[in-house]
Amino acid sequence: MSHHNLNTLTAVELGELLAAGEISSVALTQACLDRIESVDPGVKAFLSVDREDALSQARASDERRAAGQPLGPLDGIPIALKDIVAVTGQPLTCASKMLENFVSPYDATAVHKLKEAGAVLFGRLNMDEFAMGSSTENSAFGRTSNPWDLDRVPGGSSGGSAASVAAAETVLSLGSDTGGSIRQPAAFCGTVGLKPTYGRISRYGLVAFASSLDQIGPFTRCVEDAAMFLDAACGHDPKDSTSLPGLETNFLEGMKNHRDRPWKIGVPKEFFAEGLDPEVRASVESAIQFYKESGCTVEEVSLPHSSYAVPVYYILATAEASSNLARYDGIRYGHRSSEATDGIDLYYKSRGEGFGEEVKRRIMLGTYVLSSGYYDAYYLKAQKVRSLIRKDFDDAFSKVDCLIGPATPTVAFRAGEKTDDPLSMYLSDVYTISANLAGLPAMSLPCGMSSDGCPIGLQVISPVLQEAEMLAVAKRFEEAHPYSGIVAPSNGKAGSAS
Amino acid sequence: MKYEAVIGLEVHVQLKTNSKMFTSVPHGFGNEPNRLIDPVVMALPGSLPVINREAVAKSIQVGMLLGCDIAEVCKWDRKNYFYPDSPKNYQISQYDQPLCLNGLVEIELAGPSRSEEGPHRKVKLTRIHLEEDVGKLTHFEQDSLVDYNRAGTPLIEIVTEPDIYSADEAFAFLTALRRILVYAGISDCDMEKGQLRCDANISIRPVGTTTLGTKVELKNLNSISGVRNGVAYEIARQNQVLAEGGSLVQETRRWDADRNMTTSMRTKEEAHDYRYFPDPDLMPVSVSEEWKAELAKDLPEVPFDRQRRYQQEFDLPYSSASVLISDRMLADFFESAVEFGGSPALLANFVVNDLTRELSSGDEGVDLSNCKVQPQGLSELVKLVEENVISNQIAREVLGEMLKSGGNPRDIVKEKGLEQSSDEGELEALCREAIAANEKAVNQYREGNAKAINAVKGFVMKATKGKANPKVVNDLIERLVNE
Amino acid sequence: MNPEQSIDLDRLCVLARLSLTPEEKEKLGPQLARIIGYVEQLNEVDVDGIEPMAHAIPMENVLRKDEATPLVDREKYLKNAPASRASQVVVPPVIEG
Ligand SMILES: [Mg+2]
Ligand SMILES: [Zn+2]
Repeated sequence: MSHHNLNTLTAVELGELLAAGEISSVALTQACLDRIESVDPGVKAFLSVDREDALSQARASDERRAAGQPLGPLDGIPIALKDIVAVTGQPLTCASKMLENFVSPYDATAVHKLKEAGAVLFGRLNMDEFAMGSSTENSAFGRTSNPWDLDRVPGGSSGGSAASVAAAETVLSLGSDTGGSIRQPAAFCGTVGLKPTYGRISRYGLVAFASSLDQIGPFTRCVEDAAMFLDAACGHDPKDSTSLPGLETNFLEGMKNHRDRPWKIGVPKEFFAEGLDPEVRASVESAIQFYKESGCTVEEVSLPHSSYAVPVYYILATAEASSNLARYDGIRYGHRSSEATDGIDLYYKSRGEGFGEEVKRRIMLGTYVLSSGYYDAYYLKAQKVRSLIRKDFDDAFSKVDCLIGPATPTVAFRAGEKTDDPLSMYLSDVYTISANLAGLPAMSLPCGMSSDGCPIGLQVISPVLQEAEMLAVAKRFEEAHPYSGIVAPSNGKAGSAS
Repeated sequence: MKYEAVIGLEVHVQLKTNSKMFTSVPHGFGNEPNRLIDPVVMALPGSLPVINREAVAKSIQVGMLLGCDIAEVCKWDRKNYFYPDSPKNYQISQYDQPLCLNGLVEIELAGPSRSEEGPHRKVKLTRIHLEEDVGKLTHFEQDSLVDYNRAGTPLIEIVTEPDIYSADEAFAFLTALRRILVYAGISDCDMEKGQLRCDANISIRPVGTTTLGTKVELKNLNSISGVRNGVAYEIARQNQVLAEGGSLVQETRRWDADRNMTTSMRTKEEAHDYRYFPDPDLMPVSVSEEWKAELAKDLPEVPFDRQRRYQQEFDLPYSSASVLISDRMLADFFESAVEFGGSPALLANFVVNDLTRELSSGDEGVDLSNCKVQPQGLSELVKLVEENVISNQIAREVLGEMLKSGGNPRDIVKEKGLEQSSDEGELEALCREAIAANEKAVNQYREGNAKAINAVKGFVMKATKGKANPKVVNDLIERLVNE
Repeated sequence: MNPEQSIDLDRLCVLARLSLTPEEKEKLGPQLARIIGYVEQLNEVDVDGIEPMAHAIPMENVLRKDEATPLVDREKYLKNAPASRASQVVVPPVIEG
């Protein structure tokens, strides 16, 4: 139908083509489905795809448009979903054997809002089981590969979401970020990935891992697409008591208002300490140099408690998870052991059979830190250090508009490299976790490639509710750097930007 | 050695709200299984709780009625334990910052007789917190069935200090507590429907000592008399164990009402570790002075305060004051009638004796709120008695007619010609006739048997069909007999 | 405190109602000990006078009106139950406790 390569354009560009009648949503959706057919056997980003359902949503969008009633800029744009948000009538497995056969009877609020914006919501994207992991190797249904190099991990836990955008299998995707689960895989796969301020996007229908940290966010090919996603998905939800009230937002417009400011940018010195890969460091430092040259003031700042972010996170997140995952017992839904002798034995066996190794590890850790006699030493202490981490950011933001630094200490590592060493896996989130603990918006955008041909991510962290400015900061870099929005080679071999 | 019992109670009360504690599904008794469910009740992946404002409001009101300190800020915690009736396998409750602290419940113990007031004392409360109920399990030979209708019903837990010392006091406590809660519209407190449930912590100690003995937690006390019987049994059992030289173990026991005994459920070694922690899904609730003031407006006077007021202000005897306050509808009716005018003593009599008797023998479903006699009508009726228009006896007849027809008492009296006769001339003739006809009784009276004269009065009343003014008849007979 | 000594895996399994195979236990014990040893670096931090942080963005009084929504088709919320009978969820026999 058209001369455009529908698989590589951004949502903003595709929206204009749809509006101009140059392409149809059906053609666009079909292009995604075709691409999945050709590359997903290698990438394995998707756990399942309901093709009929996707195409029928696309047809409905085309009909709305034909009737002159499109629902907004996202109408007809395919968005693939991490298998952790509830969609009526679709599987919701969280990549766990526990929920292998679960079909959601209701919509997550974010899903509902995106549907109302006319997006074509499709596919169930692979992830680390219950979002616990940093490599998408902890999926009960097999690992996802990094499209840039199939031997490497795409990051996690939203590895399928990152890989699907990088491999051009969808225009954008939805993920969730508890300790870096959007930004880390975005960095590993060379996409834009954004975690909004805690409470911006309703968590209703997002399967809880750590409730005080979880946030939904987008993976996109460009910064403006992320703004467009937020415009549709954000907003107060009376079904989520942690949802922020009364915020009218238009990020796509809002980011333009911030465009030409000479920002004061802070560089946290702790993010450049030992453990940072030299190539990542060099790439991020050249991005910092770019901001200086573009008229920004760059200042070193300190987040003195940031080295405690990982231990605080692994206490608080596992404690919450141990309780959040108690509901998976094989009674009302989920895997039920056929071996159980009585109602109590049913718990032990169903949970023992249904959960994977990392999930069990975290449930045990969370149970331990909450158990009688240990609560004060671990949980309460971690909550207090969390306050200090937040305070570090408040102090920093009294001096600067935003912070920039690396999203991850290294580029994507090889599959299997860290599976036997949970602690070293946990440390791959060392730069991303603090923003979750403090509730801050943060994003990763591509800022370079390693000599191995692996993408490198630049992280921007902004004060609470300053997403529009954060997007503008990212946009300035993206505009000046041609390797944003790249699509990984479908053969999965390491390659340079096209 | 002589031992005394020390008892603390934990009372769970379902709140009368339109919807569940954390979601907008209705709650209530008697629905088909699993009718009252949604993603939140079923703890589906991704579902989240949102606090019911009215449940918090009602809990604050309970705290105010019981003289508790209302927390400026309370928070929500998860109590983690697995059980098939608990959908999330944790219960949202309040641990270290409950909504209400301290407080007192006034109780009245049995008096020397039913018509005599017994001693009052106040039982200390530790706390009241707000939480959610669990579902219901039905057990069968091969399996168990779970119905989640009850799951998520707003529930308050009222915890007393170990400040109850006998089964009778436990009974009196629950009676008083239930009456206050029903009065204030907090709960219907129907134990058969599980709207009020009670666990008891019971220990015994040598009289004169102050440290608590080994505690037994007693569960499954499913009725108010079950509480009395179960607690009494357990105290006796503990006394017997010690008398036989045995020792008590800290354990949870279950009251078996059918077998009239308690049996062990679990010992301390198997005790839970609930791993309480603040629920990250819920924000704290702060209670402002304005909110409290607003809620205070809807609070009723507590029953025992009412009882005292009736005794002092209206000079009512304990026997009628205590019956009036036992049911808010009764007391409200009475007070409303008093406002319309009439002797409180007479009104109390009519409400306590005649009206309740007539209603209990009348049609099903007719009670004070919807019967044809309303406070104003009763007040009119009593005024007729006070004005000597009719006698007490005639008034009862008129009341019966009012209940049937809904008519105004003055009209009924007029229509039926029931005005009492006070015409001394007419009555004097009748009295003379009566004295003549009851020679024997008159003689007995003259010999000092005061009651004997009643036969003479009865004759007159019968002859006038009760319409004679009893006071006039009385005076006349006295005069004539002594002539 | 010495985490290796304090971790009672069997007790944790009971609290979490989670059965582990002997192999899993063998692996998990040392892993947990190592992770707990790692998080104990928090002992270094002086938290005197610091309030615990329970929420990323604190709010108060997030309350809803006491309004009941009409009841919907209950079957859709029971459909995922592995076993049900007469609109109730079936579980293996539970001893009252
Ligand atoms: Mg209790
Ligand atoms: Zn309770």
